[in-house]
Amino acid sequence: MSAPAAMGALAVAVQLGTVVAGAPLLVGVMRQVRARMEGRVGPGVTQPWRDLHKLAGKESISPDGTSWVFRSAPTVLVASSLLIAAVAPYVSTILPLDPTADLFAVVALLLLGTGALALAGLDTGTAFGGMGASRAMTVAALAEPTILMAGFALSARVGSSNLGALVEGSLRSPTIVVSPAGLLAAVALAVVIAAETGRLPVDNPSTHLELTMIHEAMVLEYAGRDLALVELASALRLTVLLGLWANLFLPWGVATTLHPGALAIGLIVIAAKVLLLGAALAAGEVFLAKWRLFRVPELLAGSFVFGVLAVTVSFFLA
Amino acid sequence: MVSLLGKILRTGRVAEPAPSRAAPAPDQAGPLGGSVQVRHVDAGSCNGCELELVAAFSPVYDAERYGVRLVASPRHADALVVTGPVTRNMADPLRKTYEATPAPKRVVALGDCACDCGVFAGAYGVEGAVGDVVPVDVEIRGCPPPPEVIVAALRGLTGR
Amino acid sequence: MSLLGAALSLMIGAASVGVTAGLLAPVTVRAGLVGAMTAVTGLGGAVVGAAALAGHRLVLDLPHLLPLSRLVISVDPLSGVFLLIVGGTAIAAGVYAVGYSSHPDHGPGDPTEPGHGVASRTSQAALPAFVAAMLLVPIAANVTTFLVFWELMALASLVLVLAEHRARAEVREAGIWYAAMTHAGLVVILLGLVVFAGAAGGESFAAMRLAAPELSPATRSIVFCLTFAGFASKAGVVPLHVWLPRAHPEAPSHVSALMSSAMVTLGLYGILRVAFDLLGGGPSWWGVLMLVVGALSAVYGVLQAFVATDLKRLLAYSTTENVGLMLVGVGAAGLFGADGNRTLAGLLLAAALLHAVNHAAFKTLLFLVAGSVLRSTGLRDLDRMGGLVARMPLTTALAAVGALCAAALPPGNGFVSEWLLLQGLTHSLSAQGSVHVLTAVLMPLAVGVVALTAGLGVATFVKAFGVGFLARARSPEAGHAVESPRTMTAGMVFAAAGCAALAVAPTLAAGPLTRIIATLPSLTGRAESPPVGGDAITLRLAGIQGSMSPALIALGLAVAAAVVAIAPRHRRARRPAPIWGCGGNRLNPRMEYTATSFAEPLTRVFDDVLHPEEDVDVTHHRESRYLIESVQFRHRVDDRIEARLYPPLIAAVSGWGRYARRAQNGSVHRYLGYGFVGLLLVLVVVGVSA
Repeated sequence: MSAPAAMGALAVAVQLGTVVAGAPLLVGVMRQVRARMEGRVGPGVTQPWRDLHKLAGKESISPDGTSWVFRSAPTVLVASSLLIAAVAPYVSTILPLDPTADLFAVVALLLLGTGALALAGLDTGTAFGGMGASRAMTVAALAEPTILMAGFALSARVGSSNLGALVEGSLRSPTIVVSPAGLLAAVALAVVIAAETGRLPVDNPSTHLELTMIHEAMVLEYAGRDLALVELASALRLTVLLGLWANLFLPWGVATTLHPGALAIGLIVIAAKVLLLGAALAAGEVFLAKWRLFRVPELLAGSFVFGVLAVTVSFFLA
Repeated sequence: MVSLLGKILRTGRVAEPAPSRAAPAPDQAGPLGGSVQVRHVDAGSCNGCELELVAAFSPVYDAERYGVRLVASPRHADALVVTGPVTRNMADPLRKTYEATPAPKRVVALGDCACDCGVFAGAYGVEGAVGDVVPVDVEIRGCPPPPEVIVAALRGLTGR
Repeated sequence: MSLLGAALSLMIGAASVGVTAGLLAPVTVRAGLVGAMTAVTGLGGAVVGAAALAGHRLVLDLPHLLPLSRLVISVDPLSGVFLLIVGGTAIAAGVYAVGYSSHPDHGPGDPTEPGHGVASRTSQAALPAFVAAMLLVPIAANVTTFLVFWELMALASLVLVLAEHRARAEVREAGIWYAAMTHAGLVVILLGLVVFAGAAGGESFAAMRLAAPELSPATRSIVFCLTFAGFASKAGVVPLHVWLPRAHPEAPSHVSALMSSAMVTLGLYGILRVAFDLLGGGPSWWGVLMLVVGALSAVYGVLQAFVATDLKRLLAYSTTENVGLMLVGVGAAGLFGADGNRTLAGLLLAAALLHAVNHAAFKTLLFLVAGSVLRSTGLRDLDRMGGLVARMPLTTALAAVGALCAAALPPGNGFVSEWLLLQGLTHSLSAQGSVHVLTAVLMPLAVGVVALTAGLGVATFVKAFGVGFLARARSPEAGHAVESPRTMTAGMVFAAAGCAALAVAPTLAAGPLTRIIATLPSLTGRAESPPVGGDAITLRLAGIQGSMSPALIALGLAVAAAVVAIAPRHRRARRPAPIWGCGGNRLNPRMEYTATSFAEPLTRVFDDVLHPEEDVDVTHHRESRYLIESVQFRHRVDDRIEARLYPPLIAAVSGWGRYARRAQNGSVHRYLGYGFVGLLLVLVVVGVSA
């Protein structure tokens, strides 16, 4: 194996390892920020890792009447997030798997995970599972146009929807980040990230009330190792999406070579960016209440309009 | 929003300082190292214990800082916190909840009624204490037990 | 004799044997013979198609076969791809038909049984005829030949749709709708082609192609509009889609697969052949028209599919959706071709064609799966299905493959072509050359439409698969389902293999797609560089910095899944347990979410478009109106375009019919008078024009 190839493989491995190790920590940081703002002490940032470690040692349960779909959905969910974590340009824009890192492909992979979990919810045959699946697919279906429209706005100015090329484009001409198109796309994407990862005001990640649940309702039947995978996957999805948002709109610091020093800086910078974004998201959530389910489409339609505006602006002001 | 932010800043931290840990709990929760998800089951309580349980998870006592969290499904739980004497109607649901919880699991009987039926002992609608229905690991005495006691018992489970 | 000739002969020969067997063979061997011959016919067609895509060409001129005209056949790459679609579908459907048509429980005696009529002589004979007609349509090279085969295809499919007409009244209604729509379409196509051929001074496609540039713009546009309307009605495009959700559910399932995957796509073939090959492209509003109609079809189709509770009706609307997506690609290609941006036009056309192939593969699979469920349980209603994963494991696994592909999610094949389509649309603004303002307004809307369609498509197929196949049976019929016979599963496995091949190796299509696009120089120029290229793994686009590796994504997912499955080892065994019913013990299948309830949130979101009808009837107790005896709740979502557009049209036609009846009173004298006046008029016209 030639030296650049080895370096590339190493970069992918380090990036993947950091995302996997860091995703539960990100959730821990977000919970900790929220706890502090509520006047609590909080369980510490490593608590999600303790939870995962404990869950992995517990028994999984196959409820009567469920099939291979229920059993394999957590694996599919984690696998799709891992694939994104391996190909997307977090540490460097020229990772060896870059030809696969297309914005639309990443969006489709996320949707694959959502679909798998919705099928698992339906497979349990409980009313709550079906309800969660129905709501999750409703939100996902309505979020899809916004994501792709924001992707359109971003790729129209760079001429490619390859993620590495997009990040490099922002790096080369930083003004497009603060251009109207860039800002509108950033807002649109931020709203969809909140919707896709089940954050407030779309879904309340810490609710105990089944009737208000979206994501939680689908996973009510999971236990033990299965549940650990589901929790890990939702942390991973949050991390990869925040990381994408960070590098698309605040690209500074990402490596454009495979030089070890640049990679190290890229790694530190992306970790800091994601942690800051996560903390900001958690702090913002303190001020929000969950919206009624039927107001969520208004939110998503609003962000879709932002996306369309971003595209139009990027054309007419270009 | 600004006023809420002001309030957050003015209020600061309300959680009381953590009392030093009592003698290491017998269970020490080997497999649960530092993380216990709790499913609360009201088997016929007068709701006194519920109030104290809520208080234990409030910012002031903040049981969450020791790694305890309330969850929505017994499938996600490591421990069942059962309150009240077990009424006839709740005996079967309690057994089902226990059955639905993945191993390893613990059962906490919260309050005098849960431990030995309290003032309801011998009442016609009461099946028995929690221990008569499912195996109990930890008993918390009191009518109702104060939040500090509940927190201390839960710390015994998490080992933190 | 060339390979093409041999394959063509095989195709015709097998079809003739099949038709004969259908008419004459005894019932015990009829289905087997006909199914096998249908598959062989399809195989012949697929070989012709593959050879044509590899660059072989063939022109056959048989002057004596058709009276007053000649039978002309020409095989080129554009016909090749449609031959491949029809042929491939026919192989799967033919093998499947063997098992589907010979139902052990349904003797010929009981006409009320589902499935009765499929094995009858007429419907058996019509099957190979239908396939052969569909295979001949794309290679017909003059107007008469084309129309003869087009009509043969329509008639054969009509016979097949009506196969179960004794069993259900809806079949007859569907047949009437289908007959009316397809013949209205035929009339319009006939008119368009007659105008074209008349103006061009010859009816062979070669002569028309040659004369097209000299025609006046008005004539060209009239021809385009007429043929587009006709072909669009065949393609099931909104608002001419109304026959689809009636005919597809009522036809036998292998016929639904053939109609939905192959015949509907021939509408797209007609549009491509006439508008872009024979007419040689046109002004940009042709493209815009196709784009808008396609976008409407895509969104309306997927919305109706999402709220449908009849599995085959859902699939039929999904066909409207996918044809809409293809038309978006073709329309955008026409728009860019007219603007001179030929690289982008080539890419979009390639995306549309690849989507046609992909759609044929997964829609065949899904209709065959729906047929297996129907045959095993008698159910098409998703609200009564469920639990099939335990009783029909192989069918369920194949349904999962089909749903993954139809939902356009990686690693399915539908994802690849939708990705290409999105790439073509999103790069319209950044492409080199001047960008039309119209493009800048249309393209964001088109991307929004494709994105909304993609999102709703995922929800639709999660619903179809999750509600239809998973959880527990919602009715006794579903609870007693049994796995299908081997011939049926063989047909489904073939279709699934096609999906898988298209999903991981779409780069193989790059060469053939380039050859097809080269046959439409008006649109894409003399495409020297392929629109889609790349190595064996990675798909690269021409003129755009974009690439994707479907195979790599599939591999990555598999590796990641394997790592996840192995890595943190199970310390404790998995335990079966009763479903958690919140401590209650009466959790029954009636509490499961149904297709209707699954679709409820989005139905509410889109209630301005869908207008669901809801009725609540409360019957009060006789003694006190505070006590309720029963509550009835009805919820249905009708096809609103059909309900708004067609009743006035039907009323007008029948009113006109009543009016015309006055002219027909049975008097021979009056009929002679009509004849005389008619003859006189013809003479006057001839005299004046001469």
